[in-house]
Amino acid sequence: MGSVLVLVDRAATDGSVCGSTCALLTLARRLGSPTAVLCGPADAASVARLGRFGADTIKTITSTDLDEHPAAARVELLSYLVRRTAPDAVLITSHRLGREIAARLTARLGSGLISDAIDLRMDADGPVAVQSALLGAYRVESRVPCGTPVFTVRADAVRAVAAPARPDVQRLHLAFSPGVRAVRRIARRPVGGELRPDLATAAIVVAGGRGLGSQQSFGLVGALAEALSGTAGGSHAATELGWCARREQIDQLGTIVHPRLYLALGISGSVRHRAAMQHAETIVAIDRNPAAPIFDLADLGVVGDVHQVVPELLAEIRRRRADPMISHSEETT
Amino acid sequence: MKIVVLVKHVPCTLRGMTFGVDHTLDRAARRGQLNEADEYAVDQALRIARRRRDVQITAVTMGPAAAVGALRKALILGADDAVHVLDDRLHGSHALATARVLAAAVGRLGFDLVLSGSASSDSGMSAVPAMVAELLGVPVLCFADTLRVGEHRVQIGRDDGAGLQVFAAALPAVVAVTERCGEPRWPTFTATADAHHKLIRTWTLADLGVAGNDATTTVVRAVTAQPGGATPVLLAGDPTVAAIRVADFLAVHQFL
Repeated sequence: MGSVLVLVDRAATDGSVCGSTCALLTLARRLGSPTAVLCGPADAASVARLGRFGADTIKTITSTDLDEHPAAARVELLSYLVRRTAPDAVLITSHRLGREIAARLTARLGSGLISDAIDLRMDADGPVAVQSALLGAYRVESRVPCGTPVFTVRADAVRAVAAPARPDVQRLHLAFSPGVRAVRRIARRPVGGELRPDLATAAIVVAGGRGLGSQQSFGLVGALAEALSGTAGGSHAATELGWCARREQIDQLGTIVHPRLYLALGISGSVRHRAAMQHAETIVAIDRNPAAPIFDLADLGVVGDVHQVVPELLAEIRRRRADPMISHSEETT
Repeated sequence: MKIVVLVKHVPCTLRGMTFGVDHTLDRAARRGQLNEADEYAVDQALRIARRRRDVQITAVTMGPAAAVGALRKALILGADDAVHVLDDRLHGSHALATARVLAAAVGRLGFDLVLSGSASSDSGMSAVPAMVAELLGVPVLCFADTLRVGEHRVQIGRDDGAGLQVFAAALPAVVAVTERCGEPRWPTFTATADAHHKLIRTWTLADLGVAGNDATTTVVRAVTAQPGGATPVLLAGDPTVAAIRVADFLAVHQFL
């Protein structure tokens, strides 16, 4: 059984291993012996967590290049490891950085890339990936016939299951070529700065509608936007009722938004509102009416009273910020 | 400064689309349009052109005959000329084969900056710009939420959820922009009328000296329809439980 490389994701704040990596390790166990590639120092908590989800080997490397040039250095590291150890597959989480790394790695190796896999399994002729295509109307199974396949995995579609192993921690030393320094990070502003991007360019948008019921309750929208470091907006109903300003109106006539996350609170989803927010990458909707059209677009919908769910959500976010380990509790059970 | 914009012709909607017998998307008889993110890329090129005199913007696409529609739109939005790579052997190309062809076309044109949308609305792999850069051997800046181009340098801002990061690279470079880089302007009537007189060149694989889609790097084994399509997860019941599930969802998607 060959090895399977898994690129470990670490939280930007405290360097702990992300839940997405646990999901990837769960899939990697089906394909072969998981080898976790850990960038940065291998602290005891990280090693323990990777071991709990079945990493047989942990390859760890510390270098300033990995921090300063995140994509290029990881591409070089992974292509070095693939050429050196000839693994059966490389698994990378499907987020922005992961997609860039996977694409560049595939081009460098000349192998094949399968993106946004929701499931992986081992077949007689190699790993097979399952993708969800055309708005979930089809399931596509595909494989890479030659070379080392590179998979990006949608970690949200996979449930992490623990399978304790005793990992063998190996320290790597790799002198990165000057080429990785072509792209430099010249500034970094942490989440929660005063900068609130305007709606059209915001990465996170929280919007409220008629379902909030009053100007006073509309404050929940601002509070949630504050908690997620996003930008607040409103449907045309909320604007016409005077609960939010005209320039915060999200619809065909107001602003068209393209956020990574769109949270709709008490918005049923009229045609003119949907036209302005359907391009959001991830949509979460909370509304009382289970037949509301917004739920057709939503990746996650909550049928319930916004006045109860949102304060609970705010409290939960505060709890998790105070103690980051809470978010890991579900996977252990 | 020579700017090449990579554009894609995509179906207007994915609803009701099906796969053909060879497991490729059945695009025939579907209305198509210029990929939305690519409109933003053309507009960004135009913004650079407004500040300097020496900018030449070339739109490049690879696709079937209908893909010329995407090039026409790019010309209306402000590109100066266009190149259509058209060859029957390219049918069903996967990401890496597409990137090889586009890299050859871009290499033949010559470039200081390659722009493209960060993802297509039909496949959404976000892979081609990074692969093109890797094949051309130039720096790549993916998922640019903001873009600034200097004399010899390009600078992007990118918000991946963990705060804003600013990256810089020397030209020539490849930049993939997101839809958050700024709304494209509406084209004027004059621009629309002028676009008919702009040149669209058609190149074949032989012109580029590329082998094409022979060595397949991904094979689709099976395509099965999912009755009902994507069913969104709906939570109901206790608000506390629902709130915790939402927080879990946000954490998995790295918003917390």
